[in-house]
Amino acid sequence: MSPKALNSSASVADLRVSLGDLKLKNPIMTASGTFGYGQEFVPYMNIHRLGAVVVKGISLFPRSGNPPPRIVETPCGMLNAIGLENVGVERFISEKIPALQAINVPVVVNILGDTVQEYSEITKRLADVEGIAAIEVNISCPNVKKGGVAFGSVPKMAEAVTKAVKENISVPVFVKLSPNVTDITEIGRAVEDGGADAVSLINTLIGMAIDHRTRRPVLANVFGGLSGPAIKPVAIRMVNLVAQAVSIPVIGIGGIETTEDVIEFLLAGATAVQLGTANFVNPRASEEAVEGLTQYVIDEKLLSVRELIGGLVLS
Amino acid sequence: MSQIQEKTEIVRIERLTDDVIRITIDAPEIAMSALPGQFVMIRMGNSSDPLLRRPFSISQTSNAGHIQILFKVVGRGTRYLAHCREGEYISVLGPLGQGFKIDMEKTSCLIGGGMGIAPLLFLGKRIRQKGLKVDPIVILGARTRAELLPLLTDFEQLDLKVHAATDDGSLGHHGLVTDVFKTIDPGPDCMTYVCGPKMMMAAVHLYCKKMEYSCQVSVETAMACGMGACLGCIVPAASGGYVHACSDGPVFDAEEIVWEI
Ligand SMILES: Cc1cc2nc3c(=O)[nH]c(=O)nc-3n(C[C@H](O)[C@H](O)[C@H](O)COP(=O)(O)OP(=O)(O)OC[C@H]3O[C@@H](n4cnc5c(N)ncnc54)[C@H](O)[C@@H]3O)c2cc1C
Ligand SMILES: Cc1cc2nc3c(=O)[nH]c(=O)nc-3n(C[C@H](O)[C@H](O)[C@H](O)COP(=O)(O)O)c2cc1C
Ligand code: FES
Repeated sequence: MSPKALNSSASVADLRVSLGDLKLKNPIMTASGTFGYGQEFVPYMNIHRLGAVVVKGISLFPRSGNPPPRIVETPCGMLNAIGLENVGVERFISEKIPALQAINVPVVVNILGDTVQEYSEITKRLADVEGIAAIEVNISCPNVKKGGVAFGSVPKMAEAVTKAVKENISVPVFVKLSPNVTDITEIGRAVEDGGADAVSLINTLIGMAIDHRTRRPVLANVFGGLSGPAIKPVAIRMVNLVAQAVSIPVIGIGGIETTEDVIEFLLAGATAVQLGTANFVNPRASEEAVEGLTQYVIDEKLLSVRELIGGLVLS
Repeated sequence: MSQIQEKTEIVRIERLTDDVIRITIDAPEIAMSALPGQFVMIRMGNSSDPLLRRPFSISQTSNAGHIQILFKVVGRGTRYLAHCREGEYISVLGPLGQGFKIDMEKTSCLIGGGMGIAPLLFLGKRIRQKGLKVDPIVILGARTRAELLPLLTDFEQLDLKVHAATDDGSLGHHGLVTDVFKTIDPGPDCMTYVCGPKMMMAAVHLYCKKMEYSCQVSVETAMACGMGACLGCIVPAASGGYVHACSDGPVFDAEEIVWEI
């Protein structure tokens, strides 16, 4: 498609969606931990064309993360045990936010903590920082032994964390759900009760890889989070279940690579989506999804992309 | 430094041995901006399996806008690449990472083992172009004569004398490149540029430390993105914490990183 055709089509197609009070020009976002702090992708694409960017998970203090090896490829996916390496909230505010603001794209800050207090403290620190469109609360990271897993798998704790964040900040709060639970709808309802403006799902599925030659686990952390196309069917089902269980918007994540994948998640009930691992394979994947979705809305003569949300045809 | 993605054409495939292949790719933008020690991430086809790109050092660039990759078939990705044909298109991302820092003041010593020889050819060429007063010392090692000879020829075309070592003694010294290195006196002001198996680089680093030579190494780690986004490619840093092979490296001062031997 020529750039010119695209410009004219962009003005015709209505791709706008809302996540609580946050209005996005289109539903395409990038997933936390797969898009760095945004800056890394500047040479490859037009980041400002995305609906929003979600940055690498930030903690109160810097974390150096897990020892190597941290990643391994698996069939149609990868396992990662990064261990939430990040620059910490202070450096994030002083260095990363200004650079992101220059890009002119809504910034969603993904946060994590070991205790409810830590979640509220980091939220307080972010509360009066300019240039933050929303907070995404990671209650589901399976990588760090002391990490968010406890919050994400116990409804009461998930609700408590959501409240702690909500109380301390005025921008919309998304809560990111873990798929490593018995009933994800239960957690979805709990964080809705806690005041979440939207839920995002899924985070990675816990997995493990063994090297048959050395008879050892491949990852130093033994377990890692599975991501990529391999998890897409699991993610779509969970998005579909949660979308029916809660009345707040759902952000669909898991193995999304193409425009077709985006449409499928919207049909399952997602209001917006995030591309994760796909960014590693094709750094332009998210921008291409914006282009593809724009064309789809035009070709299908949709009044708006919102017509697709929850549009799954049963029987 | 421009970093770009290209649909690139494979213009030449040379099978140097059963499992060592050199491909020439038409990638003018990468060729123009690449520096010795930098690498590219190549996608292994269009399917989701294998999913991730694979990193390869740039082993040569040409004014015609070509880059060359030298690789050994070790798994599914490299097997795919080995089956590509001339005229086929592949997706290449690069140039990526921090390359070698060429020190004009010191005697250069290039030490490469196996596929680690790839980036050193590019480096040797650049050093030649810069016209250092003292000729670089080049020591190359591989398993066999068949594997080493084609690579050696490239260096000799640059008019560089090469000290060879092979595991089976079929070419040059029968043994390790470090043995050869120890027999050479580069003078006190020596900058060693090393790329090869981890044990080899560790041995060279230890010897350099003892002799008080400077030493730069190009490391290999698993990589998902190659551009600083996934944080998967860490190497323990001597100063504590980690450095990232794709964005802080792959070339490091050997003193910067922790050597677990
Ligand atoms: C910065 C950088 C530069 C590189 N430059 C080159 C280069 O110029 N030429 C080159 O041939 N390779 C190079 N490599 C290594 C190369 O990326 C791997 O060999 C490649 O990714 C293997 O992919 P595969 O799918 O064939 O193997 P996989 O299926 O991923 O792995 C197959 C098996 O081989 C093992 N393996 C992986 N890498 C190697 C290796 N290097 N040697 C032996 N066994 C291995 C794996 O552990 C696994 O057991 C470089 C790596 C990095 C990080
Ligand atoms: C390398 C890597 C790092 C990640 N880091 C984070 C993180 O810091 N916080 C978080 O909430 N999710 C993190 N995730 C999970 C992703 O945001 C996403 O939920 C998951 O990968 C599924 O989407 P995908 O299949 O499109 O990658 C990470 C994923 C990967 C692959
Ligand atoms: S390979 Fe992804 S950060 Fe280095």
